[in-house]
Amino acid sequence: MSTPEVGVPRKGGFNFDLCRRNEMLFSKGIKPPSFLKTGTTIVGLVFKDGVVLGADTRATEGPIVADKNCEKIHYMAPNIYCCGAGTAADTEAVTDMISSQLQMHRYATGRESRVVTSLTLLKSHLFSYQGHVSAALVLGGVDVTGPHLHTIYPHGSTDTLPYATMGSGSLAAMAVFESKYKEGLTREEGIELVAEAICSGIFNDLGSGSNVDVCVITKGKTEYLRSHQLPNPRTYVSSKGYTFSKGLTEVLSTKITPLKQKQADTVPEGGDFMEE
Amino acid sequence: MGSRWSPYDNNGGTCVAIAGANYCVVAADTRMSTGYSILTREYSKTCKLADKCVLASSGFQADVRALQKNLSAKHLFYQHQHNKQMSCPAMGQLLSNTLYYKRFFPYYAFNVLGGLDNEGKGCVFTYDAVGSYERVGYSTQGSGSSLIMPVLDNQLKSPSPLLLPAKDAITPLSESEAVDLVKDVFASATERDIYTGDKVEIVIINDVGIRREYIDLRKD
Repeated sequence: MSTPEVGVPRKGGFNFDLCRRNEMLFSKGIKPPSFLKTGTTIVGLVFKDGVVLGADTRATEGPIVADKNCEKIHYMAPNIYCCGAGTAADTEAVTDMISSQLQMHRYATGRESRVVTSLTLLKSHLFSYQGHVSAALVLGGVDVTGPHLHTIYPHGSTDTLPYATMGSGSLAAMAVFESKYKEGLTREEGIELVAEAICSGIFNDLGSGSNVDVCVITKGKTEYLRSHQLPNPRTYVSSKGYTFSKGLTEVLSTKITPLKQKQADTVPEGGDFMEE
Repeated sequence: MGSRWSPYDNNGGTCVAIAGANYCVVAADTRMSTGYSILTREYSKTCKLADKCVLASSGFQADVRALQKNLSAKHLFYQHQHNKQMSCPAMGQLLSNTLYYKRFFPYYAFNVLGGLDNEGKGCVFTYDAVGSYERVGYSTQGSGSSLIMPVLDNQLKSPSPLLLPAKDAITPLSESEAVDLVKDVFASATERDIYTGDKVEIVIINDVGIRREYIDLRKD
């Protein structure tokens, strides 16, 4: 009979010791550091010839706007893009990792990536982390089997939908889709509806704001429309700017130490003191 | 253990007041929100308590309304007893007493009181939620205060209150310069604070009377 191995890490699988430690510290009143959250509006829809993805550009840290113009539509493959909501580091890392895996897969197979492939890679990664990787995604693309749109939740569950929204502004955006979406939209109608849904999130959800980014993917063509709309310019600029004249910081004392000439160093023969 | 119901909410918002030689500017944005939702884009956070006395308050607007009603009622009694309007310094003391009266179930309200004193000089009083207060030359309260205060400190630096003999904390700016500064600090706070936005209501109190100005802010 084998004795139970105490303190020896198990082989394979995941280790959640640090999660348990963090929970214990949290229950004792130690605050964990805050993350940059993209309290966000992200959307996507399927139109006649492909998919349109959209996102706002505000990143927040609590009540403070951390970034007024960030990018939330991430590259996955030339024919696949992915909008991310949740912790900025997680959405960025998870999309970067999976896009590398897709690239490797394309080198191995010599074929265009499929949307379902990236869907499976993303969801199995998120599922294995049991929701601790807080990324809520809208994945869209066009492959050999046609246009596809999916949503992926932080725990790894997925949906396949004709129109989708995610993030803190998802209800505001979905209200627009539910009242105006129909099958067989043209490219222009699709872009307009996506922009309207994002604007609904920007204006009605405090976690979303600033500009509208759009990405249109059709068979054999991808257009990334960064800053498609700029609906929130600064409203007031002071008539006289602010100038700060020299000498505003009071000098309390002055001491000048003249530099002395350093004696020339003698380099030892075959010396290697400059090497690390 | 579920989270217990709380009697308080935070409706956000930012207030600013600046005292000048013969004027006082009191301003607040008009957004009222809770969590990530906007409740209304045109809610006035200012309240005229007397002829030369305006209160601007952020925090929990239900408590703020109750506080405003309480002060207005007390001011009505004052008018009947003394047959005159209350002065701004008197209202300042009354507000402090009213807040401290609820020391152990406070009004969740962060106030700045602005107006003219008995000599016609601008005055600003700034408070915490339980009635600690101070007469200052300028102040800001609410969700955007930490963004605005350093700018006011830089532009309107006032003498230390510990100096002897005491110096006036009045700002050197003209009325129009102060209004311009208020508009600019609100536009800046709106860029970075999600709870500030929609509009600023600027109340200007001078020897002529009370005047209001509005400018638009970002609505996102």
